[in-house]
Amino acid sequence: MSAVTSTTQSITLTIDDKAISCRSGETILQVARENNIDIPTLCYLEGLTVWGGCRLCMVEIAASPKLHAACATECTEGMTVRTTSPRLKQYRKMIVEMLFAERNHVCSVCVSNGHCELQNMATKLEIDHVRFPYRFPHLAVDNSHDYMRLDHNRCILCLRCVRVCGEIEGAHTKDVKGRGVLSAIIHDLDEPWGDSQTCTGCGKCVNVCPTGALTHRGTAVGEMTKKTEFLPYLTLMREVKL
Amino acid sequence: MTRTITIDGVTRIEGHAKITIHLDESGKVCDAQFHVTQFRGFEKFVEGRPLTEMPGIMARICGICPVSHLMAAAKACDDILAVDIPPTADKLRRIMNLAQMVQSHALSFFHLSSPDLLFGMDGDPLRRNIFGLIREHPDFARDGILLRKFGQDVIALLGGKKIHPAWVVPGGVNAPLTEDKRDAILKEIPAAMARVNRALDYFHQVENRYPAEVDAFANFPTHFAGLVNPEGLLEHYDGAMKFVDHQGFPIAELGRNDQRHYGALIGEAVEKYSYLKFPYFKPQGYPAGIYRVGPLARLIVAERCGTVNADKELGVFRTRLGRAPQSSFHYHWARLIEILYGIEMIQRLLQFPDILNTHIRSRARPNRLEGVGISEAPRGTLIHHYKIDENGLIRWANLIIATGHNNLAMNLGVRQVAERFVDAEHLSEGMLNRVEAVIRCFDPCLSCSTHALGQMPLRIELCRADGEVCDVLQRD
Repeated sequence: MSAVTSTTQSITLTIDDKAISCRSGETILQVARENNIDIPTLCYLEGLTVWGGCRLCMVEIAASPKLHAACATECTEGMTVRTTSPRLKQYRKMIVEMLFAERNHVCSVCVSNGHCELQNMATKLEIDHVRFPYRFPHLAVDNSHDYMRLDHNRCILCLRCVRVCGEIEGAHTKDVKGRGVLSAIIHDLDEPWGDSQTCTGCGKCVNVCPTGALTHRGTAVGEMTKKTEFLPYLTLMREVKL
Repeated sequence: MTRTITIDGVTRIEGHAKITIHLDESGKVCDAQFHVTQFRGFEKFVEGRPLTEMPGIMARICGICPVSHLMAAAKACDDILAVDIPPTADKLRRIMNLAQMVQSHALSFFHLSSPDLLFGMDGDPLRRNIFGLIREHPDFARDGILLRKFGQDVIALLGGKKIHPAWVVPGGVNAPLTEDKRDAILKEIPAAMARVNRALDYFHQVENRYPAEVDAFANFPTHFAGLVNPEGLLEHYDGAMKFVDHQGFPIAELGRNDQRHYGALIGEAVEKYSYLKFPYFKPQGYPAGIYRVGPLARLIVAERCGTVNADKELGVFRTRLGRAPQSSFHYHWARLIEILYGIEMIQRLLQFPDILNTHIRSRARPNRLEGVGISEAPRGTLIHHYKIDENGLIRWANLIIATGHNNLAMNLGVRQVAERFVDAEHLSEGMLNRVEAVIRCFDPCLSCSTHALGQMPLRIELCRADGEVCDVLQRD
């Protein structure tokens, strides 16, 4: 009878002065949330691959001069993590302010007003004004789909929609064109959404979008609410099947 | 002469105005102009936005009368969707529109205009404001504040908040009325009625003190325009737009189903000295086609109000002033009658058995590429006109706001007051106040914010015949 061996090792680390144990392979973000330690995120969504794009989950790790994205950094033995500090708070505020300055986020007349992750994040980080000049870019609204709408003015390029479309629905209708500040979500080969041959119309992209960028057509100001509970369930079903 | 228009940094339309008064060689007033110096740009920046966002965006035009813009925008959207909204939604929208009128009229009469009436046009400016009113006429001031509160509370109970509620949507409203909220509004009706009746008593005590003002406050023959219901009664939400001449005889009517053709009756001129457009009655050309809108115009256009107490007061009004009084001073009385009507009508609408129905929204996609919504704002007839593309995005918008209709009359009124009260090369405070007061009669939308303190930002320039400015009075 051979001994049962496991590849999963137990790791101990410290997050915000709290001694914690976890399994190897878990990220700092996962472990923090399992232990009720809040780290802000916008691009991360349980059930989708980690993207590490929004940089809001940056944390300090002892003996490392740089900041690390908690969603994309695995825990290691003896690691000492700090999730809040004046420096982190300053950077997080700056990131959200830059998101507001980059495009046209007019909360008061947005269909997602009151149900928006970006708006909630600004409140949570106590942002009462934006220090950077607004760019006010001229961006279009794609209203060509029968029952969904893409408003580039409200997009923060978190790419949740691109990931859910490719990874969960398997359609890969959505992708990104351009670079840097000129990046934009596209459908197929940059066609109007309504002309897309690959979109199944499943609506998952609308529900994972944290802002008023992807919404249902016909919604008026403040009426758009998102249902995100489906995603962990779909992910679980997929894992069970595999 | 050449002059420079000052563009102020403040972007709210209710705030800044400028008046220029021109003198001839003998020092007599030969012209006067009322300048609106803000540019808002709503017609331009809604281009490209989805149709369903229009009520929410357009409501932001104003913080005092957002509901009016909600109504006109939602009606223009209904027109594009080509739907009849459910009867309950129609009534609920009417209630909110009336509540808005009550609160806005209360603000105009009590907070802005009554200090002139109670303390006199030449009264000490230190007393002649809302605080003076609170100090020396506390019961009167309390009535005004609580009447405004009544209107605001009704808006909040229906739409969730007092200012910019997102409750009115294309196709209807997005939440039904509940029994407890209905009862809460009904409970306040008797107190509100008592308050407006007391205000009418007060008004009748002081109105006779101002014969010179009645005579010179924009007192000239013009046409009048306003909505009427199918029976020809007072209407604020949905009806035919009727034009009458200076004697009250009908001269034109834009039927409820013809509103997309408002351009046949209303033209829009522009003048280089003001950002506010100058609408005119098209068949008579510009500027001969001058007309007035608002409370006074509505009472002249309508056969009667249609509620008991308001009709009783309207009877007194017409017995004393005739069928079509021309002086804009009478806007004040008309405003009080409309408050009375608004409260009575809110009560009547709330007592309909279907008012608590939950079918409150018609769903449809755009079925037309163009739509017009016309409703009555507190200040007068409000027109929103949109064109969309095949995807439902706004391609073009035209707004004729209530204050605009009165622009020609306000300019003439300022000139009339200047001619009557300015005959020297030095302006007195009383004269400044009378010029303000004639504008206040119209309750233009550009005067809300600082006007509440009796200190509407205003600049008056007195120019010699050669264009030289010889005196300036300015309030910031």
